[in-house]
Amino acid sequence: MSEPEVRGAAQREVRLKVTGLEVRLGRSGPDVVGDVSFAVPAGQVLGLVGESGSGKTTVALALLGHTRRGLRITAGQVLLDGTDLLALSPRDLRAARGARVSYVPQDPSSALNPTLRVGTQIREVLRVHPGAAGDAGDRVAEVMREAYLDPTPEMLRRYPHQLSGGQQQRITLAMAFACRPSLIVLDEPTTGLDVSTQRHVLDTVRSLCRSYGVAAVYVSHDLAVVSGLVSEVAVMYAGRVVEIGPVARLFGEPVHPYTRGLIGAVPSPERAEALAGIDGQQPRPGRRGAGCSFAARCDHATGDCTTEAPEPVTVAGRSVRCLRAREIQATHPERVPAVAGKPAAPAAPALSVRGVTASYGSTPVLSGVGLEVPPRACVAVVGESGSGKTTLARCVAGLHGNWTGEITFQGAPLARGARQRDKDVLRRVQYIFQNPYTSLNPRKTVGQIIDQQLKQFTGLSRRDRSARAAGVLEDVSLGQDLLSCYPDQLSGGERQRVAIARALVVQPELLICDEVTSSLDVSVQAIIVELLRRIQRERHLAMIFITHNLALVRSIAQSAVVLRRGAVAESGPVGQILEHPADPYTRRLMQDVPKLTRSETRFETHGPPSPRSA
Amino acid sequence: MAVTADLPTFQPGAREAHPIARLVRRRLAIGVLTLFLVSVVVFVATEVLPGNAAYAILGRNASPVRVRALETTLHLNRGLFAQYWVWISGLFDGRLGNSLLNGQPVWNLVEPRLVNSAVLVLVTGVIGSLLGMALGALAAVRKDGWFDHIMSLVVLAATSLPEFVVAIGLIILFATDIWHLLPGVSLLPPGTYAWSQPQLLVLPVATLVIVIVPYTMRMMRAAMVEALESDYVEMARLKGVPEWRVVLVHALPNAIAPTIQVIGLGFLYLAGGIVIVENVFNFPGIGQGLVYAVDGRDIPVIQLIVVVLAAFYVVMNILTDVIALMATPRRRIAR
Repeated sequence: MSEPEVRGAAQREVRLKVTGLEVRLGRSGPDVVGDVSFAVPAGQVLGLVGESGSGKTTVALALLGHTRRGLRITAGQVLLDGTDLLALSPRDLRAARGARVSYVPQDPSSALNPTLRVGTQIREVLRVHPGAAGDAGDRVAEVMREAYLDPTPEMLRRYPHQLSGGQQQRITLAMAFACRPSLIVLDEPTTGLDVSTQRHVLDTVRSLCRSYGVAAVYVSHDLAVVSGLVSEVAVMYAGRVVEIGPVARLFGEPVHPYTRGLIGAVPSPERAEALAGIDGQQPRPGRRGAGCSFAARCDHATGDCTTEAPEPVTVAGRSVRCLRAREIQATHPERVPAVAGKPAAPAAPALSVRGVTASYGSTPVLSGVGLEVPPRACVAVVGESGSGKTTLARCVAGLHGNWTGEITFQGAPLARGARQRDKDVLRRVQYIFQNPYTSLNPRKTVGQIIDQQLKQFTGLSRRDRSARAAGVLEDVSLGQDLLSCYPDQLSGGERQRVAIARALVVQPELLICDEVTSSLDVSVQAIIVELLRRIQRERHLAMIFITHNLALVRSIAQSAVVLRRGAVAESGPVGQILEHPADPYTRRLMQDVPKLTRSETRFETHGPPSPRSA
Repeated sequence: MAVTADLPTFQPGAREAHPIARLVRRRLAIGVLTLFLVSVVVFVATEVLPGNAAYAILGRNASPVRVRALETTLHLNRGLFAQYWVWISGLFDGRLGNSLLNGQPVWNLVEPRLVNSAVLVLVTGVIGSLLGMALGALAAVRKDGWFDHIMSLVVLAATSLPEFVVAIGLIILFATDIWHLLPGVSLLPPGTYAWSQPQLLVLPVATLVIVIVPYTMRMMRAAMVEALESDYVEMARLKGVPEWRVVLVHALPNAIAPTIQVIGLGFLYLAGGIVIVENVFNFPGIGQGLVYAVDGRDIPVIQLIVVVLAAFYVVMNILTDVIALMATPRRRIAR
């Protein structure tokens, strides 16, 4: 967005003004979020970004005067068209919710009532706010059309489970816009949707806000999604807004070390870059200490940072909560181009899949899929949910036995199910699951989890096994002290590293990574991707990397296979697929991938530096 | 910009059979099989197990001639399968035989008792379910409040008392010197039905209600708490839906489906629980009838009552599943 446009926006009528918002655990417990202030003009969208635990959803709900159980709004104002929502009586607050300020939830499949027809649920908003938007009957049809839903009686009579995820989210959008509110709070509304559906939903939000002069607050962990939609961004970390300003400036020239870290961690579909994650973890409420909460993870931190809490300062057209903002602003973050993987030398493929057709019960999932993984190479398998990526991986790993076709590994055909494969084949093909929160046995320590694998596949003595376990933890950058920890004592990133360690410890030859970063924050995702990339190179592994995130493919794989409804739409070297997609489906996928708008900024002019250098 | 969604739509489409019809058909088939097995077990247990029915009736010192004659009328002189066939075909065409005690047709003895027990079970079941659901919902809405705490204490006390203790307690309280408000026994003149003297129903119903309410209440409370903490309830509140509507329209329908299973179990429990309660109150129902029949070795009566109870179990199970299915659109309607 250009400068004059931003200035024009600032002159417009301010719809929402939040000052000094504070939410605590209980009446006098530690604060979960504090000192949050921002303003949103009519027709504009403010992006509230941050990783899980940063307090962004807490802020979003507080905008409707609501908190989750155990929390309490203890200070601040939420001025909507001049009235403080937090000062309203419960009765007036109820009347305002849904009518003047409305909410779009993260997961529509659980936020829509399973026992009520969707028509009833849309009509209900109008019914409990009589007079908010004229005649209810007409308005339902109108708002459904606005949300790009067919206002047919059949549609209205459906129950939520009869709709697709995208349609469900449109229903919640229709409910949110039904009473023509002044403010809409959107809490990660596209998480869990396919990129194409996500783009439709984002377009809907954008056009509705523009046409009706609605102010919107869009909460997201996905910087790329936000960058295309909003005019201003507030970055949250440990309950504070650490940087807030116009989107182009903020993403183009981030100042706060955390913002820089986040942006460095976002993969780009356009350039192959090394991803830089942010080590360490966000401190929980009550453990944030006296100084800057980010100090422990910050490369720029000095002694002062750990003792003095930073106040917001204005630097380069945005507000930054950092003691060293001005000094840091003068430095430039660097991005290191990823060393392009050499195209595999012609050799017998490590894994070759030919004509694999699979089904669940009578539902066909894969039809005639083929792919080859050269030795020492990583092949990305991409596609939308339901395209059969995971089923393909499960067939290769022997977890799904109902397939026909041929899968050869190191020249020998693989048996259909894991039970029919001999131990050595099982050892050589290792699988890393999507969700590290469910793939590790909660009743076993990290040491036991790794040791079990060694006992299963090797005849090593106890001493050798513990040496191997110690070694593999080092490989995945985890400390030895974790061996006696249980999974629930670890963060998501640490758990996924344990899962990787469990696979690596038996020295596999093929690693299957099934959406291994999709449940992780972007800064952790970067660390895991870099880790996998390093290990794949060092250990000369063949790897299948399954993802729905096309942007990630660049950073890790040499070639890619695009799956569409269980068939290969396109395959080839990564550069070719991402830059010159031949198949219309791939082209559409590429178009729909949200991209971080930073191309016109200093990143390019200053060449490839690194965000971690001071 | 082509924003119009080309999203997949889910058509109800070509569905083979309505899920409810399918469920009823399958359950009926299983139910018929169950009843057949029950009839075999009952028959074997009453006819074949030690002692000859004729001796049991006539006594040890009966003359062989009379025993032989009785054996002929009871078809005891025929083969096992033939005996079973006579009995089971009788069940279908109404030839239920006569009581061995007084020679009256079995149906005439069992029918008024059946009606009385049905009234008892139905009244108790309806009051108990509604009360349990209401108390459970209220406890959930006032979770961790004083009402919730008191209810959980009361429920704990009620579940730890066997029904005869509850019954005797109620009799002492309401039918003796403390408050002499109600009859302590529910004696009915033969041939009359329980509704002709409703005051006789009060204490038996109250006893059984106290026994079954805790289960319904606990389930309802748990289901309601879960519903009230769900995303859709939070969403309803954020839509500005008034709290009474949040509870009644959004939370309640979602809490009812799991509770229906427990209510169904409650009815099944009642079918057995009435045996004790009817005896304490001398209430002329099939529970009491069963006890009398067992005492007097009145085999045709025992057989009929047990088969009727088994049929009640089967029907009740099907009914519970159908109602639970109807309360759950996600299961009732295919995508």
